[in-house]
Amino acid sequence: MCLAIPGEIIEIPPDRPALATVEVSGVRRAVNIGLLEGEGLAAGDWILIHVGFALSRIDEDEARATLRLLEGLGDAFDDEIDALRESRIG
Amino acid sequence: MRFVDEYRDAGKARALAASIAALCEPGRSYTFMEVCGGHTHTIYKHGLEDYLPECVTLVHGPGCPVCVIPMGRVDDAIHLASRPEVIMTSFGDMMRVPGGRGSFLDAKAAGADIRMVYSPLDALRIAEREPGRQVVFMGIGFETTAPSTAMTVLRAEAAGIRNFSVFCNHVTILPAIKAILDSPDLRLDGFIGPGHVSTVIGCEPYRFIARDYGRPLVVAGFEPLDLLQSIHMLLVQLAEGRADVENQYGRVVPWHGNAKALDVIGATMEPRPYFEWRGLGFISHSALRLRDAYAGFDAERVFDVPGGRVADPKACQCGEVLKGVLKPWECKVFGTACTPETPIGTCMVSSEGACAAYYNFGRFTRERVREATR
Ligand code: SF4
Repeated sequence: MCLAIPGEIIEIPPDRPALATVEVSGVRRAVNIGLLEGEGLAAGDWILIHVGFALSRIDEDEARATLRLLEGLGDAFDDEIDALRESRIG
Repeated sequence: MRFVDEYRDAGKARALAASIAALCEPGRSYTFMEVCGGHTHTIYKHGLEDYLPECVTLVHGPGCPVCVIPMGRVDDAIHLASRPEVIMTSFGDMMRVPGGRGSFLDAKAAGADIRMVYSPLDALRIAEREPGRQVVFMGIGFETTAPSTAMTVLRAEAAGIRNFSVFCNHVTILPAIKAILDSPDLRLDGFIGPGHVSTVIGCEPYRFIARDYGRPLVVAGFEPLDLLQSIHMLLVQLAEGRADVENQYGRVVPWHGNAKALDVIGATMEPRPYFEWRGLGFISHSALRLRDAYAGFDAERVFDVPGGRVADPKACQCGEVLKGVLKPWECKVFGTACTPETPIGTCMVSSEGACAAYYNFGRFTRERVREATR
């Protein structure tokens, strides 16, 4: 849970604007973006995700660099993605 | 991939290492603490110490939330989990952390209903689905994680979900840094500041370290070159006789942090008068509990929690490791009685813990060195 992982916003449903669909390493899940309220997030933006919440907005270069670093972690990153896959935030 | 090249490039690392060496005054030694477990991980994984001159020593700080949970709190959580109506929910990292009477994994094997979740919102969802049970979320983590717990409590309240509560073990980093600065056994020349905690609290709150203790702090990213650059920035400050707070990780960390995250923590939580840290002992105002207005979501008030104190095992030297007084391999049980499979101390449990990081990567390097020199 110590990791913060980058994800790309795929969709922000107009009826639930705090709950974005985000893609992280090929996994699509709902992520709460309420902590970045007022930042005008939109599909295509990249965010840093920690335990189901977006913590900060990052640019795409940074996101890809971070993903590469995380993938190099091996197990710790795989466990995080597995945990995310189990997530059913609604 | 531009950034990857820019931040992983070995040539750049060597150039930085050379200017780091040039900044060191002959005859002077420098000790810097990296506060965050994520940094510890990068340092060992990439063998960064090999790039540094001998006069620069890195010591590993208390910034691994799993590692600082005292045994008594684990026992309390297991006590809660053993109630038949309770479903205990926890991040996976907590499962193997030993208390005085075993870990979550042991308790689960003995029949307690303990479930791993990715997010506190997943715990809340279980509460919604199983209204006949009491769902307790084991809240752990620094300011990075506390906003998520706070948001979940607010959500539970808004949705009128009453069978959800938090066993709150959230800790705050500044009192721990202060305790380390006040501790007589350690002389530090500066700090590598935590990256993700700072996305929430920003850089201003570290000001007292520079102002009152005359030590520089540089908030750093997680790439090997980020760390080398931060060490460089610390040395420049020292060479110029300055002590300031600087932000090397500006591409992710805003100087003023995340106001909304701080708001939701402040709305739902308040500092505890004191809290025990594994190995560091009791530190005042170093942890958070739910405010009275949210007492109905506070597992410590909804249920009876024994609140016992359990002394760390005698063999365990996690306290010294967490304060940076001992290097992991200097602990007497390191790698023998204490391994990631059978951890005695918490620093061996989380992959961010100094002992586990060193065990996983240090050993690999030593074997490689032996092979190379055969
Ligand atoms: S080797 Fe084990 S007991 Fe020793 S300090 Fe590390 S985690 Fe603690």
